Amino acid sequence: MIARALGRPGLKFNAIFGIAVTGALILLAVFGPWIAPYDPLKLDLPSRLSGPSPVHLLGADEFGRDVLSRLASGARTSAWIAFATVIFALITGTALGVLAGFLRGWVDRVIMMVNDAFLAFPGLLLALGLMAVIGASREGIILALGLAYMPIVVRVVRASVMSIREREYVEASRVMGNSEIITMARHVLPNCVAPIIVLATTMFGWIILSESALSFLGLGVPPPAPSWGNMLSTARPYIGQAPHLIILPGLCISITLLGINMLGDAVRDWLDPKM
Amino acid sequence: MLVPTGDNNTMLSARNLSISVGPSGKRIVDELNFDLAPGDMLALVGESGSGKTMAARSILGLLPAPLVTTPDSSIRFEGQELTGLAPKALRQIRGAQIGMVFQEPMVSLNPAVTIGEQMAEGLRLHRAMSRAEIKDRSLAMLERIQIKDPSKCLASYPHEFSGGMRQRIMLASVMLLKPRLLIADEPTTALDTLVQRDVLDLMVELTRENGTAVMLISHDLGMVSHYVNNVTVMCEGKAIEQGSSTQVLHAPQHDYTRGLVDALPKRSAGGSRRAVNGPPLVEISNVVIDYPGRPRLFARAEAKRAVDGVDLTIRRGETLALVGASGSGKTTLGRAIVGLVRPSSGTISFLGKAIANGRSADARAQRRDMQIVFQDPYSSLDPRQSIAEIVTEPLKLDTELDRKRRTARMDEVIEEVGLTRDLLERFPHQLSGGQRQRVAIARAIVRRPGFVVADEPVSALDMTVQKQILLLIRSLQERYGFACLFVSHDLGAVEQVADRVAVMQDGKIVEIGDRDDVFDRPRHAYTRALLDAAMLIDRRFADGAGARKAVAQ
Amino acid sequence: MVRFVLTRIASAIPTLILVSVAVFVMMRFVPGDPATLMLGDLAQPGQVDAMRHQMGLDQPVVVQYLIWAGNVLSGDFGRSIGSGQEVLPLILDRFAVSSTIVFVAVLVASAIAVPAGMLAAWKQDSLRDIAVVATSTILLSIPSFWLGLMLMLIFGLYLGWLPVVGYVPFSRDFAQAALYVILPVVTLVLVESGPIARMARASTIEVARLEYITHARAKGLSESAVMWRHAFKNAFAPTLTLIGYVLGSLLSSIVVIETVFTIPGLGRLLVDAIYARDYPVIQGSMLFIAFIYVVVNLLVDLVYPLLDPRVAA
Repeated sequence: MIARALGRPGLKFNAIFGIAVTGALILLAVFGPWIAPYDPLKLDLPSRLSGPSPVHLLGADEFGRDVLSRLASGARTSAWIAFATVIFALITGTALGVLAGFLRGWVDRVIMMVNDAFLAFPGLLLALGLMAVIGASREGIILALGLAYMPIVVRVVRASVMSIREREYVEASRVMGNSEIITMARHVLPNCVAPIIVLATTMFGWIILSESALSFLGLGVPPPAPSWGNMLSTARPYIGQAPHLIILPGLCISITLLGINMLGDAVRDWLDPKM
Repeated sequence: MLVPTGDNNTMLSARNLSISVGPSGKRIVDELNFDLAPGDMLALVGESGSGKTMAARSILGLLPAPLVTTPDSSIRFEGQELTGLAPKALRQIRGAQIGMVFQEPMVSLNPAVTIGEQMAEGLRLHRAMSRAEIKDRSLAMLERIQIKDPSKCLASYPHEFSGGMRQRIMLASVMLLKPRLLIADEPTTALDTLVQRDVLDLMVELTRENGTAVMLISHDLGMVSHYVNNVTVMCEGKAIEQGSSTQVLHAPQHDYTRGLVDALPKRSAGGSRRAVNGPPLVEISNVVIDYPGRPRLFARAEAKRAVDGVDLTIRRGETLALVGASGSGKTTLGRAIVGLVRPSSGTISFLGKAIANGRSADARAQRRDMQIVFQDPYSSLDPRQSIAEIVTEPLKLDTELDRKRRTARMDEVIEEVGLTRDLLERFPHQLSGGQRQRVAIARAIVRRPGFVVADEPVSALDMTVQKQILLLIRSLQERYGFACLFVSHDLGAVEQVADRVAVMQDGKIVEIGDRDDVFDRPRHAYTRALLDAAMLIDRRFADGAGARKAVAQ
Repeated sequence: MVRFVLTRIASAIPTLILVSVAVFVMMRFVPGDPATLMLGDLAQPGQVDAMRHQMGLDQPVVVQYLIWAGNVLSGDFGRSIGSGQEVLPLILDRFAVSSTIVFVAVLVASAIAVPAGMLAAWKQDSLRDIAVVATSTILLSIPSFWLGLMLMLIFGLYLGWLPVVGYVPFSRDFAQAALYVILPVVTLVLVESGPIARMARASTIEVARLEYITHARAKGLSESAVMWRHAFKNAFAPTLTLIGYVLGSLLSSIVVIETVFTIPGLGRLLVDAIYARDYPVIQGSMLFIAFIYVVVNLLVDLVYPLLDPRVAA
């Protein structure tokens, strides 16, 4: 209580750090090509596996490609994929969740039955299976991860529609004479927004992690286009000779995830009056 | 400031007891003084936010995190200073010499630990006793408080018992150690009237048997005066009045206490009731409402019958109170009338037309002429709407009203319910409980309905606020002549507003009649039991309560 | 109680059926004709048709599913297109490897993270709490495969304390085997401690403000007795659900660790099969992993009433 009044030390730091990192990621994604000193695909064989130097600020990879430029380009890839996937999962998941929670009855049962079957696949498994079907490509990852995360959105949205439609202010709206659709649009949906925002923030982090894992396995962004995950994968044989090729992309992923996780915590504290 | 003259016979005495938020923060209890003799009873009375609960918790050093007692506070128990006592020494007093009973029996027993273990814990810790002895003592105690099958009870978990039973069990587990002092923090507030009385009587008996002193914390001056002689009234952290309960009740010195006493239910408060003989407005005939049972693996659990064949007529302009314990079906019936619950059989008609079930436009149109005010003003207002939006929303369904006329109507209604216009742009969480309930009432009457269901509209509010809201409902009714179904478990509130009273038990109406008939000449045994347990202050104080108190002292 | 157990077990059956349908349908969409894949590119059209007939691919889809499901139930997961080996023994072999690592890692992670989270919550906003929250948030943010590579770099290549890659079965040489799994296990322990500690902390904070905790203190119990006897069971219940979830989902996400340390585990089997479009293996291992996941969650649900008797009521 008192720490909250004074502004809990962790809380403000969370928000500031989270916003800073997420902001930096977005800037890098948008302006990356202008910041990067080289074309991320340009070969410079004499410099292959070289460490940081004035020519290649963060060194060069096994084909002599500039690591800084590739990291910047990878940021753009990761951010774009994560953004598109979150939007995809949110739109489809919210639509199905609202449909299930609103109509109930057999529509609800069918949607939830299929949804539960999807949820019975743990973690990466569903995404791996879908990648096998779709094939490794940018659009493929968005589709596979989107479908893999959609069931969670359906769950959360349906649960909050179900819980909010039992609130007394929703009943008051019915007694007032409002139609079901107006009640839904005016009282139920606006009150579901908070959990959806919290989920979207958290999901953004999960998807960046999953995308880098898939790319690391060679089932994500296909080379030569750089992504943080496939940079780690192609650099793995050279771990002894050029450790910077391993350290840097991983550091980028970790800092990004840390920022998003802290932003997620801050958003949750901010939207949840209970905590 | 009143400073009681502590004599040598005091067991517990507090001097300058102050509690602040952090060492230098706001004081939520300010220089409280009281004395309690061995075997005696003392009550701290106040509304929410008065600091009474924290004052009680500070005795055992159980203040939640940022709260601390100030350095000059003193709490002496049996000659020992409790403030600033080392944790270890304090733990030897907790439970063993001073026991504590909490308000919410649903959350103050650990759901994951058996009753037997929770009872044994204190004995094992404070008394050198063998396992068998502990078990014997526990069984004897459960038998003493009339628990059926005590040995089965020991192996059970708290969720297997009702609220009243849990409170008895908690009382038993605390009294098992025969402490010198029992601190009871609103021990019956969460319980039904009938059960409340049982638990309080049991508490008095058990403490009398063991010579245990009691410090009772309560918001209910009426209830307190039935059991306790020595009362301290608290307001915003300060003790504003101390004395015998008779004196506080009949000759209050302080304005605040006077307000509190005025808020006690009195029949005269609502004005004398004229007989209402208007034409029938709502007619309920042979209504049965079942709640479907939970689906199980191969079948459904048995359906629960909430309302079991009720006939009822509500006339134009009258207030009919529907009284009963929780689970009696009164709330379900009220909700069925406004169309929130569909009856399994029977008919409900409004102005001679059967209520159309379902969600058709016709049903909705009909429902606009009846409204509902819910119990909890915290959950009945949409947190994302401003007060202005909440109050004008029903008017949007009226296509004849343009924006200007809607605003005019809103201003009018806001004033009628006693709110000021500067609240209009605020959101529900920025308002007090009483203000919110006024907003809920404004929303209900803004379209001038002919009928309003008030579902326990005051039971979530403080006593003084309750009174204001009850008076508001009456005055609005006087002005607009809407009929009201007043659903409540609180006979005190009912006595003040009702024209007629219907008593409900297990889904059936067991008695119905004019208010004075039901209150003064109850015919059904259940009604009599309810009235007896309600401890209504102004009629019974002289006789019944006096006798009860004599027993307690 | 008996009803609770039976209901819960019965409710897992439709889920498993749906999972098998989902896997089957997904495999129907895998590009390429299985019969052609089976025979290689040089097969004659006639041979392909014969193969399709032999594999039942000319039957209606529903019949194909029922035949497949029947085979699976009798333990016949088919044969690998690549190696011709039977799929089920292959899966079980690899499962033994992965499950050992996952099980040990989750056990150790829980043993560290649950007490850490609870102790942090007990003194909310203290230095101890801030340290636990910061550490777990950082651990939560590090991808396991990168952490594995970093540990390999430090302890394997730089310090030379531990072998870098490879795997020795425990049955062959226990000491050697243990040496090889240290790094993968440590990686997983670190990564999974993050979410577990956060969950333990959050649910302890939730429980610590309930009235029965104050009641326990009012009885005169010491702080540690209040915490372990009254808070632990209630706070651990939701954490156990998370641990079950982690245990189940690691069986597939361990694939990245298996890739880093070249361990022949179940995840690797699946990913290699995806590269090779070896669809009986993909189908079999997806079904198997999902099955284990459902069973682990089922077990957690069955244990739950021991912590919170209310759920079985």
